[in-house]
Amino acid sequence: MPVNVRIPTPLQSLTGNQALITAMGNSVGELISDLEQRFPGFKERLCDESGKLRRFVNVYVNQEDIRFLQGENTLLKDNDEVSIIPAIAGG
Amino acid sequence: MSVFTEDQIRRYSRHILLPQVGGRRQRKLLAGRALVVGLGGLGSPASYYLTAAGVGTIGLIDGDVVDLSNLQRQILYTTDDIGKPKVERAAARLRALNPDLNFLPRRERVTPENAAALVEGFDVVIDALDNFEGRYALNEACVKAGIPLCHAAIYRLDGQATTILPGKTPCYRCLYPEPPPAGLMPTCRDAGLLGVVPAVMALIQATEAIKVLAGFGNLLAGQVLSYNAMDMHFQKVAVRRDPNCPVCAD
Repeated sequence: MPVNVRIPTPLQSLTGNQALITAMGNSVGELISDLEQRFPGFKERLCDESGKLRRFVNVYVNQEDIRFLQGENTLLKDNDEVSIIPAIAGG
Repeated sequence: MSVFTEDQIRRYSRHILLPQVGGRRQRKLLAGRALVVGLGGLGSPASYYLTAAGVGTIGLIDGDVVDLSNLQRQILYTTDDIGKPKVERAAARLRALNPDLNFLPRRERVTPENAAALVEGFDVVIDALDNFEGRYALNEACVKAGIPLCHAAIYRLDGQATTILPGKTPCYRCLYPEPPPAGLMPTCRDAGLLGVVPAVMALIQATEAIKVLAGFGNLLAGQVLSYNAMDMHFQKVAVRRDPNCPVCAD
């Protein structure tokens, strides 16, 4: 399923400075694997050693937090919008 | 009900004419007490606009002195202020804009130990800090005191904002149970930032604070507004309370 993924500035160094990319996956977990394959090192920035999403990064599917959906098992449809929003502290 | 002076009627005429504000809500602003924590890239513009709007009491907290590198975005200060405490120069500049208001400057850094005392007595707090530890401490203090907290943060060209209503919306700890490990996210000094980006988010914070004090409009409650300056993309995502949050869970 091709989905649109919005990449936050802290992770754009891994995606060749692209802020918006199309990636593949039937679920959020598959999407992250696809991103890791295309942009090595991506998964480590999002997930810990056990594969769980790090507690300072939030992922939203169509503006809904996946922690309150099915987490990494949240299913995706064509053209879904996935946003990765990490904790930032600058001011 | 207090009566406006002639000068106040003129100064706030554009607010008074606005149906959403009017004289009644302008009086609420003049009676309101807002605390701006941090007077850098976020706090400079935020405090400027709260002052312009006529928020009657404005607390100002910052422990730093003005540096030349601040002047790219921290518009409260001038070149002559370099080396001077930010909170003193901020109070002076804001008083010049609106001498009718009551400014309460405190030269302090926010810590878990002092946060509760710093926020006491205010009606709304603006989180304009630049570090995670201070933000978590401020969040906890505001949640415990039941004070709305207008949060924003930036990194390079990205910004985020949300308004935390204790007991009703997710708090900052609900959103981000843990900060990134030290060293993973470079500071602004090392990473750089586009100077206008904190100003965009600061004005969103000031807008939220004005709405909280005056009691109108819809807040960013239960939502995070995310902004990217490269393509001017704004979006709002829904956020929920964590039932196991160590700070705000019932």
